[in-house]
Amino acid sequence: MEMIDLFINGIAVSVEPGTNIVKAAKKVNVNIPTLCYHQDLDAWAACGICIVKQEGSPKMLRACATEVTPGMKIITHDPEIIKVRRTVLELILSTHPNECLTCPRSGNCELQKMAADLGIREIKFAKRVKRLPKDESTPSIVLDPTKCIQCGRCALVCQNMQGAWALEFLNRGENTRIAPAADVDLIDSPCIKCGQCSAHCPVGAIYEKDDIAKVWDMLEEEDTHVTVQIAPATRVAIGEAFGFEPGDIKTGQMYAALRRLGFDAVFDTNFSADLTIMEEGSEFVKRFTEGGTLPLITSCCPSWTDYMEKNANDFIDNFSTAKSPMMMMGSMAKTYYPKQMGLDPKKVRNIAIMPCTSKKYEITRDENMFSTDQQDVDAVLTTRELARMIKAAGIDFANLPEDEKADSILGEYTGAGTIFGVTGGVMEAALRSAYFLITKEDLEDVNFTAVRGLKGIKEAEIDIKGIKVRVAVAHQTSCIEQVLNKVREARKAGEETPWHFIEVMACRGGCIGGGGQPVLATDEIRAKRTAGIYSDDEKSVIRCSHNNPEIQKIYKDFLGEPLGHNAHKYLHTSYQKRIAYTLND
Amino acid sequence: MAFKNYILVCAGTGCESDGALEINEEFKKQLKTLNLEDDAQLVTTGCFGFCAQGPIVKILPDETFYVMVKPEDVKEIIEEHIIKGRPVERLLYDKEQAHQKASVEEIDFYQKQFRIVLRNCGLINPASIDEYIAREGYGALEKVLFEMTPDDVLSELEKSGLRGRGGAGFPTFRKWMFSKGVESDQKYIVCNADEGDPGAYMDRSTLEGDPHSVLEAMTIAGHTIGANEGYIYIRAEYPLAIERLEKAIAQATEYGLLGENILGTDFSFTIELRLGAGAFVCGEETALLASIEGNRGMPTTRPPFPAVKGLWGKPTVINNVETWANIPVIILKGGEWFGNIGTETSKGTKVFALTGKIKNSGLIEVPMGTTLREIIYDIGGGIPGGKAFKAAQTGGPSGGVITADFLDTPIDYETLAALGSIMGSGGLIVMDEDDCIVDVAKFYLDFTVDESCGKCSPCRIGGRTLYNLVDNVTKGLAKEEDFDKMLEIAKAMQKASLCGLGQTASNPVVSTLKYFKDEYMAHLEGRCPAGKCKDLIKYTILEDKCIGCTACARKCPVNAITGVVKGVHVIDQEKCIKCGQCVAACKFNAVLVS
Repeated sequence: MEMIDLFINGIAVSVEPGTNIVKAAKKVNVNIPTLCYHQDLDAWAACGICIVKQEGSPKMLRACATEVTPGMKIITHDPEIIKVRRTVLELILSTHPNECLTCPRSGNCELQKMAADLGIREIKFAKRVKRLPKDESTPSIVLDPTKCIQCGRCALVCQNMQGAWALEFLNRGENTRIAPAADVDLIDSPCIKCGQCSAHCPVGAIYEKDDIAKVWDMLEEEDTHVTVQIAPATRVAIGEAFGFEPGDIKTGQMYAALRRLGFDAVFDTNFSADLTIMEEGSEFVKRFTEGGTLPLITSCCPSWTDYMEKNANDFIDNFSTAKSPMMMMGSMAKTYYPKQMGLDPKKVRNIAIMPCTSKKYEITRDENMFSTDQQDVDAVLTTRELARMIKAAGIDFANLPEDEKADSILGEYTGAGTIFGVTGGVMEAALRSAYFLITKEDLEDVNFTAVRGLKGIKEAEIDIKGIKVRVAVAHQTSCIEQVLNKVREARKAGEETPWHFIEVMACRGGCIGGGGQPVLATDEIRAKRTAGIYSDDEKSVIRCSHNNPEIQKIYKDFLGEPLGHNAHKYLHTSYQKRIAYTLND
Repeated sequence: MAFKNYILVCAGTGCESDGALEINEEFKKQLKTLNLEDDAQLVTTGCFGFCAQGPIVKILPDETFYVMVKPEDVKEIIEEHIIKGRPVERLLYDKEQAHQKASVEEIDFYQKQFRIVLRNCGLINPASIDEYIAREGYGALEKVLFEMTPDDVLSELEKSGLRGRGGAGFPTFRKWMFSKGVESDQKYIVCNADEGDPGAYMDRSTLEGDPHSVLEAMTIAGHTIGANEGYIYIRAEYPLAIERLEKAIAQATEYGLLGENILGTDFSFTIELRLGAGAFVCGEETALLASIEGNRGMPTTRPPFPAVKGLWGKPTVINNVETWANIPVIILKGGEWFGNIGTETSKGTKVFALTGKIKNSGLIEVPMGTTLREIIYDIGGGIPGGKAFKAAQTGGPSGGVITADFLDTPIDYETLAALGSIMGSGGLIVMDEDDCIVDVAKFYLDFTVDESCGKCSPCRIGGRTLYNLVDNVTKGLAKEEDFDKMLEIAKAMQKASLCGLGQTASNPVVSTLKYFKDEYMAHLEGRCPAGKCKDLIKYTILEDKCIGCTACARKCPVNAITGVVKGVHVIDQEKCIKCGQCVAACKFNAVLVS
């Protein structure tokens, strides 16, 4: 590729065409301060902080939105640039409540950091904070427009990355604010609760709904047996809150921390991911070999399910009826577990630690989530909330034992369970077991690398002893319509479906990039978390769900056969059409 | 001429709102009743420009210029002028002067004007393509299609030195050249008719008076750069211009001058209208393109410039109405001819909307390099009421003031910039001694703050914060150090705002603060020298002048004035809202504003 040569602060640098000045400057060790810019998104150029000069021009350029050109001579800082940046920042701060002490983003707020970096000691402009009501209508996220700095990231994420189009700019000028179009509440909007807005917000204007107090209350209840489950993707990200690298596996430390917080039993959602494979894999094999609606589409992502129910409900019959691993764990924790342990099911609680804000919505989505005569999962904490809870308790996470184990009989997991946390993982896990279910033989090489990686849509044709299975994997919701449209076209033309099995995850990278994970993930961070997940898989002794001894036991002792009566009762669900917009009068 | 007389009735928006349509109908009726339809041809035209004197009726061939005509005058004009050949003297312009200025050549308002853009306005019926064609209309297109290569067109354009009339003055040929140079399966031509400066209406008048000139120019551009689709983005508040454009597009299509295989060639070009909702920022080209695409009208960064990556990511030439209207003339008369008009750096003419404290308000077109003095005093007739000239604002809310010291500066892009103002779209507002300069700056800033799209923080927050500081000055609440804050914000807005709106919004403040620092300082001391700022002025009744007629008390909307008949009246300062109605009501100059 022809590289572009330019100068930044007099230092020669060579970069790929299409590189913006922010990225080019990093090559010469200059971090141009940015507030609205995020690598995931096209530069929106709203904040006015990243201004730089081009030699010979009186104008200032937005480093985020300006692509380099050959021979460019860029000055990233001089007294005038610094002064203008400070004025712009002071203007932004003059409309910000500056309530850092009580803000959920205190300590990792980009605005706070910038004020510190630029050494703002006073704000010379009159304070003018517009108090606006919060939107707390969803169980997943809180929108606090009072703190919004109008960087536009959330709207861009919602529209361009997630294709949900729930968030939009309303009004104009100083009255501009972020809200769903037509100013409906989020719950009445096409919002899919993925929380990507909250993961991209530079400040505390959008954040997860905090359920920590609820969980402390449950831990305080007498006579109850409080169980907890941790999702696959949480273990490779929670360390970031404690100074570890993204992708560092902290499974043992998480189990230990949860026990020290007072949970009575610590389970692993990786176990119920194995269970999901047994059900969903069997469902696929049944539809594939005996005939049934194809393609089968995975359903463990609640944001994707929400999206489908609102925007693609012509695919209801294609959806796997298998519940998500979290919900399977909830129902097993309240049936099988108390039965085996001699506990009163009514006294058992189940809390889920999830990388996801949408999971908070899923636990009460419909009556199927109450399959055990009570709510199957009682509360969901995101990775971020658990980190805060651990900090609040003063637990020294970094020095907890890494070899602590999950509790039997819902704790043992395989490599197939753990890869549920990344895009392509559910597909790969399903294929590992589908191979066995069809051929009654185990695979020699369990790695299906074609479905791995950050590419938005991945396709593969799998040869199962001469039987060709065509699969597709999509992640980041905006990529999904493309896949669905191909299926629709084939359907309309009466042709054979382009794929037999489709995996969908709403967030980029899958759950490791979930909206409840430590904020501000980039592709670099996603790649590290992904690597963490695959290394967890590789070091697992058992890498196929059907070989998990606790899974074999649960079918023997409680569930019977996959897709059997009990499995149907506790592990499967149904879907309904929903309307994307509910307009009040 | 086939007819003995032509009766030209102005039907621009200004005259129309003063009854021009009724006048037109009355002429039609009278001509029919008197059986004169074969003698006199009635022509409904676009704007004459002399809006202060509207409605205007002009009689050809003797060029008699009737002003402030009413429907009831029509009969007299026909009976006296058309039948007997005697001008109706009472309707002539400037009738009070001894020497009656009857025809256009004699009217001072037109003497220093030079009309290229407005060449057909007030002369032809904009609803008739035949009249446009009769005035060499579509001759330029024909020349381009049959006698010139696209490079010839660019070359003429380069020679002409034409620069964009929308505000920034970017050389037009370069825009075209960039777009022509980009390989693309699709290119677009866009006309920016989203005129939004307060007081500016040259684009509206051009489209109302001569819509085909813009269509012809866009088609020429399409052929030159290789585009087959054009859009005119026009605000929905311009219904008459929209109506005339729609009609013109239909006519041109019918005549084979638009649409498939224009004039039998293999070149096809269509033009569609897109109506804007009136957001000022949509006059900014990237916001305008976003709006055409159906997105929220918010600017994006440049580069990439629309000429390379514009509408739907395709190369797009976007020029404003006035720029377009110059094109056919440049093609017909040659770039060299055009380049001889104007100054060294700014060629051709400029249309100004002359408003404010000026006798002859209206639309004027003068060669670049004309001085402000010529515009204000020779064309505009000076300030009414013998008041003193204070300043003129050019460039609308994005511009700055020009003071009396610079009245003799030849106006072009560079000289205005050097004075801290801009050419802008050509609004020219004249202020006299009664105007408070701080109040003027506040007025413009209020406009831009309201019209900010809200995307970038320097404009969104800086604009409001700056406004509040200026507002404090007008209320006597400011401190001297606030001026530093104002300039600091202004600089941040200029340097860090995303688009022209934010980058220039502080200009009125910066410019007035530079030239009228004393007046700002007076406000710090609680004094508004012009007596405009309500919080700093007080209305009192002079005992020795008040005769107790009660006129002021009756007019006062808040009953703040008390007093018995024939007794001295008093204004309750607590209740007074400083509306000034008492001043207007008092015949004895007994109300003092201090």
